[in-house]
Amino acid sequence: MNIQSDTGEQPQSLWARILAFAGRVLLALSIPLIAFYVLYQGFIFLRDSDAPRLVITLVAIVWGVGGVAILYWVFNSLVERLSDEWTARLLPFVFVGPAMAILSWYLAIPTLRTFWISLFNRDGPPDGLNFFQLLGSDSFVGLSNYWEVINPHGVTNGIMLEALRNNAMWLIFGSTFSVAFGLVIAVLADRSRFENTAKSLIFLPMAISFVGASIIWNFIYEYRPADQPQVGLLNAIVTGLGGAPQAWPQWVDIAPWNNLFLIVIVIWLQAGFSMVLFSAALKGIPDELLEAARIDGATEVQIFFRIMIPYIRGTIISVFTTVVIFTLKIFDVVWVMTGGQFGTHVIATQFYRQSFTNRNSGFGSAIAIVLLIAVIPVMYYNLRQFREQEAF
Amino acid sequence: MDSGKRQKRISSLIVNGTLLILVLVWTIPTLGIFFSSFRNRDDIASSGWWNILPHKEWQMVKEVDISELGLDPNGVMVIEGASGTFDEFRAGVETPNGERVTWIGNKRLGRVEIQAHVWAVNWNFTLDNYKQVLGGQDFEFKKPDGTIQIVPGDNMNNAFLNSLAVAVPSTVIPILIAAFAAYAFAWMNFPGRRWLFIMVVALLVVPLQIALVPILRDYRTLNLNGTFLAIWLAHTGFGLALATYLLYNYISTLPRDILESAFIDGASHFTVFTRLILPLSVPALASFAIFQFLWVWNDYLVALIFLGGNPEFELVTQRMAAIVGSRGSEWHLLTAGAFVSMVLPLLVFFSMQRYFVRGLLAGSVKG
Repeated sequence: MNIQSDTGEQPQSLWARILAFAGRVLLALSIPLIAFYVLYQGFIFLRDSDAPRLVITLVAIVWGVGGVAILYWVFNSLVERLSDEWTARLLPFVFVGPAMAILSWYLAIPTLRTFWISLFNRDGPPDGLNFFQLLGSDSFVGLSNYWEVINPHGVTNGIMLEALRNNAMWLIFGSTFSVAFGLVIAVLADRSRFENTAKSLIFLPMAISFVGASIIWNFIYEYRPADQPQVGLLNAIVTGLGGAPQAWPQWVDIAPWNNLFLIVIVIWLQAGFSMVLFSAALKGIPDELLEAARIDGATEVQIFFRIMIPYIRGTIISVFTTVVIFTLKIFDVVWVMTGGQFGTHVIATQFYRQSFTNRNSGFGSAIAIVLLIAVIPVMYYNLRQFREQEAF
Repeated sequence: MDSGKRQKRISSLIVNGTLLILVLVWTIPTLGIFFSSFRNRDDIASSGWWNILPHKEWQMVKEVDISELGLDPNGVMVIEGASGTFDEFRAGVETPNGERVTWIGNKRLGRVEIQAHVWAVNWNFTLDNYKQVLGGQDFEFKKPDGTIQIVPGDNMNNAFLNSLAVAVPSTVIPILIAAFAAYAFAWMNFPGRRWLFIMVVALLVVPLQIALVPILRDYRTLNLNGTFLAIWLAHTGFGLALATYLLYNYISTLPRDILESAFIDGASHFTVFTRLILPLSVPALASFAIFQFLWVWNDYLVALIFLGGNPEFELVTQRMAAIVGSRGSEWHLLTAGAFVSMVLPLLVFFSMQRYFVRGLLAGSVKG
């Protein structure tokens, strides 16, 4: 490392230069050491302290946010101490490095690690063996976890097939209706005087957590025996019309259609998202185009199908893929509403159950890889779009 | 063009009518728990929340002492012109003049109520549910029959603070890291720039489930499980691809000449970034911040896995899910708790809706 700067230095005595050099090294070392020490003390405090919750919360926020800022500042000041040439060479990596390191640690490398774990039995790869010993060990099961996913007569009795079927229902009904409702509401709101109010109210569920939404809808589905007053809205309506009350999502007689009562929740949450995007896209359609169509005698329905939909096709595709990815990973709603019982398991709930409840990390990892494979078409599409932009 | 005008009015009626129906369908679920959260425990359990709207119900106008009537409860009785057996009176028998006679209690000690069908609203609103769900102390309830039932409270205050301690750094840290990276991608030249950005784009849609098992193993090795740092880093990792992508899209469109003049004046990259780029990128930073904040606040899975072992650090979503699991029929707790969990996101959402929508429009696909 070339610590001295090689431009514009006055000739100095040897001792002064050595002292200055030592001072710089000391400073360069002590700043990060002090910074790391302070951060470490903060970490220990947060982990072990019995201070009041409010104090811990405040310290946590200051420590977390401030800590990251300090780290950047420290590394930047270290690199700026180097010669200009080295600063220019290293500084980009100070800027981009932490992001890439975290992304690699949390997403990129785990795809490989999870795939590796999925080749082993429930305990995962045993410690202390080298690569070839691992391949030869009893824990190595090859692709049999994947066979288990699609095999209806395996040890798990094909529970994953049920989850895959349910996820397919989620994709078909959840995505289609989220997009369809979003589109219809956007078109209607565009012509209404109450556009902003209506859009805010439809959009509002976006701010509600899946857990909160599950509680809201559990309350609607609340079941009481027929001789008691119904406090759930749906059962009150059904009994008011002379029907029998049901515990809707738990109603196994109609399985797999009881999944629809969970899917409704996600349609309710996501329609606002697609509405906002469609609304913006619709505003981009030139008025002349619509006017010309009207003068030519097109009905509103024709305008909707022949002009609007083709015009915002790109938006429809991107909204649809977003909703599909969201729906594919659905977990919270199912987990809170039914816990996967009554034939409502999906891929993500089975992943959780196998990985963390049953502690079968091999099978759980195989399920996670199935989820990854399912999003690969979207990833491919995104990358192709990116390459077509040629902005880079 | 009179018919044209009428047609226009009809179509506007159809548009607004359909919209109104949809808006009602979308709002009623939330309104239901909102109103219920202010009703007292027994009301929630015994009648639907829509009873706060004006409706017809049977209310007592007169009470009759059964001992005065000298009735034989084992046979057919006549009270106020209505006749029926004891069981029929228990269910209520209507008198010729439209009132109803209902026997309450048992044969010997019960009483008889004469009820009229009148318009009514149930507006017994209370804040007790919120006190109970927020505080940790026990609550006493007087049951209709006079006995007292003790119901444990629920410590949501703690969970609320924990959620805050998780959500704020989990929002700011990825933004800061992503902003540095986005700046480097937009304004610096370095080997591997294109490939690293392709990695960011590819990781946009990778489901976070893929990372949970390996990361949990790392955390066990590093002894990080159940700490705030663990969950901040996890949320940072899962939000970073989107943050970098969105911020790059914004920062790369900032005018080049502002930066160049700053460099000519001798400013370093760090100064340009902190003094120029960050202030100029506030709209983009805000829109991602809202996105990430709502996502982290509402997250359940990541918290369940990385904080799951430590009840001290339970978050709002975990707390709520726990109440659903253990006391799923205590609707006075669930409704109030659900609203507590929604207050902050709704505030953020309504005060910064414009930024939020802008963030969505910038193309938000999260993995």
